[in-house]
Amino acid sequence: MVASVLSVAPSGIIPEPFLRAESVAGKFFLMFFAVAFFAAVFGGVLFLASLFKGRKGEQAQGALFAAPAVLLLSIGLVYPAVLTIIQSVRGKSGEGGFSLSNYSAMFTQPELLLVLRNTALWVILVPFLATAIGLLYAILIDRARGEAFAKALIFLPMAISMVGAGIIWKFVYQYKQTERPQIGLLNQILKSLGFETQQFLLEAPLNTLMLIVVMVWIQAGFAMTILSAAIKAIPDDIIEAARLDGVSGLKMFRHITLPSIRAALVVVLTTIAIGTLKVFDIVRTMTAGQFDTSVVANEFYSQSFRYNAPGLGAALAVLLFILVIPIVVYNIIQMRKEA
Amino acid sequence: MSTVQTGALPESFEPADLEPPSKQQKLKKSTGEAAGALQSRWASLVAVLIAVLWTTPTLGLLVTSFRSQRDINRSGWWTALTDPGGFTLENYRQALEPGSSASLSQYFINTIVITVPAVLLPLFLASLAAYAFAWMPFPGRNALFVAVFALQIVPLQIALIPLLDIYVNKLGFGASYWSVWLSHTIFALPLATFLIHNFMRELPAELMEAARVDGAGHVTIFFKILLPLLTPALAAFGIFQFLWVWNDLLVSLVFLGGTPDVAPITVRVAELSGSRGSAWYLLSAGAFISMIVPVAVFLALQRFFVRGLLAGGLKG
Repeated sequence: MVASVLSVAPSGIIPEPFLRAESVAGKFFLMFFAVAFFAAVFGGVLFLASLFKGRKGEQAQGALFAAPAVLLLSIGLVYPAVLTIIQSVRGKSGEGGFSLSNYSAMFTQPELLLVLRNTALWVILVPFLATAIGLLYAILIDRARGEAFAKALIFLPMAISMVGAGIIWKFVYQYKQTERPQIGLLNQILKSLGFETQQFLLEAPLNTLMLIVVMVWIQAGFAMTILSAAIKAIPDDIIEAARLDGVSGLKMFRHITLPSIRAALVVVLTTIAIGTLKVFDIVRTMTAGQFDTSVVANEFYSQSFRYNAPGLGAALAVLLFILVIPIVVYNIIQMRKEA
Repeated sequence: MSTVQTGALPESFEPADLEPPSKQQKLKKSTGEAAGALQSRWASLVAVLIAVLWTTPTLGLLVTSFRSQRDINRSGWWTALTDPGGFTLENYRQALEPGSSASLSQYFINTIVITVPAVLLPLFLASLAAYAFAWMPFPGRNALFVAVFALQIVPLQIALIPLLDIYVNKLGFGASYWSVWLSHTIFALPLATFLIHNFMRELPAELMEAARVDGAGHVTIFFKILLPLLTPALAAFGIFQFLWVWNDLLVSLVFLGGTPDVAPITVRVAELSGSRGSAWYLLSAGAFISMIVPVAVFLALQRFFVRGLLAGGLKG
């Protein structure tokens, strides 16, 4: 049904002057035009809805209110997803007969196995490191002076793009031969300590770990914010009671704090894991997936657009989807237990 | 993709905890933890260490962006801290200069033009749909809502390539803003509808019933009663979506490629990082030009910002 809707749509549905603009004024005109256009559609739906009266009309109104979102999602998300799944089982080109070759390639070709290994490293290391650091920091600055400022410092990386973060860290890792003056901070530190300088982004598997650091740097602030809120939500009387019993320090953390924030910990770990699974920008900006640093989301892009293997790219996208499911299921099971 | 999780979070957690602790909390510490003084000295040290580790990389690139091209390649940025004087705006001037091949100004404008409709449109559509799902009975409503809810787990990668085909071959968009406007809207709808729906469900039903008794239709109720009440939810999601779109690389890269007329600044900066990886005068200034707006938003709207992020978790 969706397909037939699309096939009747004329090609060039939007006339050229509203499609593109080169001048700055033209671009802003397009922007205002688009907002006005969408507002008009929005108003049209509401006007149509107001025409329906009575009990039956009531139901028609409801359907009409939901229709634009539901329609866009079916045409723009569900239908393309189905096409991708079909493409993934039709060989490397995505146009041949039925075959599982794309999936078997993922688990046999050495380059693709490496991609899976890298992705596993990311998904294991990033959530745990980011959460551990975020938790440590949240506990350390809890109720300290300047807490708001201290939090903002760690949280700021979440506001900037992963492209920006990639460049910031690429500069930290910048390589110059040991004898020459260094411009990268990390190599300067190595040099000051008397070591040889390193090509951090070229040498596998070190380079993957160096990219993982960037994601940990971004996500620790997210972990810190949520866990800090969870720690503040622990009832004071529980802490007081434990303190009267002589519990303090690590024991307090182990037996009181940790169990109380379990739910928030699961949220943080799974949310970061899902975000990490789809990491693309960092790898793309820093190494473009070269030197054995590719991950599934990056390989999806490369196979689809650079190596002309859309079938394999589709299979990698489906793999991403499949990998997200167990994390979500684990999350739901944990939530049920808590409830 | 935060849906499943939102419910599990403690109540108090909703607003950003970036405000200073209250007096009461401070008092509690002084009475309760006198013994921990030594411990807290170590704690402060570790906290400061983490804070320094987290800010130094950004500081380094920021300092670099104000140094001359020659200095950047001849000495580390840290030497400029002890020996200042050579700071210049030349890198920014070159990065923004219109007409030059390295110019970022038109990409910056593209980012703005992409972002505004891509934030407003999902807010429009999602609040409309959320109202229907929350307060208007129609056949198949619950099944549809569950379906929209479930779509949150679908990674956008799975839709990109067929969608590109639809835009180019069926709709004739080519590399135009319309592709990214629509795509960002589509990918935002499941989360936006879900969040706004949750917010609407919490409003008292009497409010709507009273208005209906007075003869108000759904359209009137939606505009006159709901929209004003919805402002906090719309602001939180709006900021989350703003950051998502402004910082996006993948969606724009797929639908726009590097076309200078339409591509956003993230695409251009990522491209420069590949093609001119050692032109640090350009990369440092470019990175900060692309980051200035989201960082300003962060500093100005911290509370909304954090609430939006918490609500949104990690979409994509």
